Amino acid sequence: MKILVPVKRVVDYNIKPRVKADGSGVETAGLKMSMNPFDEIAVEEAVRLREKGAASEVVVVSIGVQQAQDTLRTAMAMGADRAILVLSDESPEPLAVAKVLAKLVEKEQPGLVILGKQAIDDDMNATGQMLAGLLGWAQGTFASKVELADGRALVSREIDGGTEDVSLALPAIITADLRLNEPRYASLPNIMKAKKKPLETLQAADLGVDMAPRLTIVSVAEPAERSAGVKLASAAELVEKLRNEAKVI
Amino acid sequence: MTALVLLDHEGGRIRKAALSAVAAATRLGDVHVLVAGDAAAAQAAAAIAGVSRVLHAADARYAHELAEPLAALIVSLAPGYDHIVAAAGALGKNVLPRAAALLDVQPIPDVVGIEGADTFVRPIYAGNALATVRSADAKKVLTVRSAAFDAAPAEGGSAPVEVVAPVDGADVSRFEAIHLSDSERPDLESARVVVSGGRGMQSEEKFHALDPLADALGAAIGASRAAVDSGFVANECQVGQTGKIVAPELYMAFGISGAIQHLAGMKDSRVIVAVNKDPEAPIFQVADYGIVGDLFEIVPQLADALKK
Repeated sequence: MKILVPVKRVVDYNIKPRVKADGSGVETAGLKMSMNPFDEIAVEEAVRLREKGAASEVVVVSIGVQQAQDTLRTAMAMGADRAILVLSDESPEPLAVAKVLAKLVEKEQPGLVILGKQAIDDDMNATGQMLAGLLGWAQGTFASKVELADGRALVSREIDGGTEDVSLALPAIITADLRLNEPRYASLPNIMKAKKKPLETLQAADLGVDMAPRLTIVSVAEPAERSAGVKLASAAELVEKLRNEAKVI
Repeated sequence: MTALVLLDHEGGRIRKAALSAVAAATRLGDVHVLVAGDAAAAQAAAAIAGVSRVLHAADARYAHELAEPLAALIVSLAPGYDHIVAAAGALGKNVLPRAAALLDVQPIPDVVGIEGADTFVRPIYAGNALATVRSADAKKVLTVRSAAFDAAPAEGGSAPVEVVAPVDGADVSRFEAIHLSDSERPDLESARVVVSGGRGMQSEEKFHALDPLADALGAAIGASRAAVDSGFVANECQVGQTGKIVAPELYMAFGISGAIQHLAGMKDSRVIVAVNKDPEAPIFQVADYGIVGDLFEIVPQLADALKK
């Protein structure tokens, strides 16, 4: 069985981005970019399944600008076998991404697609669910545990107030939550090896997918700043402030 | 304009987050709600102020709110609605994007502001920016951040309840089991006060140092990702970009440094208190009141001072 893992190149999670002065978006030029953390977890899970013999090949795919190939090389250094880069102008919306991925699923015929639960730039949390809908496949979102057996995937999902176990017919879609695993670091020898692994480049325009955004960004603003607070010396003083000044207790 | 709101419920009661989704939807037009599962929840939904109709998905296939059958049902109901809405919890985030794809619509998640029938405000980059977006889609599919909308009153309404016919869809998923953590404390997302611990709590055992304070305040217990990953506390307690988004009256952070992913989940709280040994911890930049010191000394002192 082949596993397909979509990965996204995003502003590194340690960086606090700034809103552009003209309010047209977030300034990303010159910032450190990395693989979306949830996608690292998805890659790790796919590689582990292959190491266990539950899968034969792990294919990673990214949609975006040419530089996204760095993200794909990182995924291959973690153990993915080959990569596909779908070139597109800007950061497409989840709907367009899901449609592109559906085309690739048709072509590659994976038995499982593992995505991250959300990208830390647009915070959408939608692509996996949308791909599952387009394909008519089962979905195991926010997965904290995955087991493959008898042509099905048993997935533990993080829900409000606990976890839920679902059993999915394969092929299926899984989206990775933080607790699914601890992603490995790519070792230097593996980074060198990854340079030789195959990376195929396609044009989004050639896939016959309408990439036009449905959402127009009217404006992007900084959230309201909180006013600076005060440091207090004792617990008694804090309780007094909460009672008489803030009036919250 | 009519909106259909998918309601989250548990134990026959409508979750508070869903009441916030109803309140948001009333700003878009007439509100119908969809309840999948038990009849008691459908009856509870009928009493929510501002709801004009309850659609009850009573068929057994909807009992566990699996995304595949539920999204197909929503798509079958969609022709009657301009907006399809849910709270941005596990249910809405699981089901609505799937329904949106089937409707060929780009969903708008985590809405914190409604500026018109097609224009919405949502946080991006872990809440470091607020994007105002206008949707060109014929139907708008959105999840709303409950912390940003006051809950609709759970009583006072008397909407008719009708059972909706099931729809045949792909039978590809099966519910196996659910494991809910039983807590006597208030629900984290609707609590008026939240007491949170981070890596500075040191251990699972020591995390319980927060219990007397939470008891004294009637507070929910929260945690940073570091505390959850270290195994101090169950992961449904996690506050942050990838956990729960809370905006209580009072948020107290003990031994939490204040990484941007954590701040994304609590920086809209009305009053923030931070107790941390490190005077340079970023949490102090958003805290209204801070104490630099050892939380294991300060927490019992706080609990004592509250009794006076």
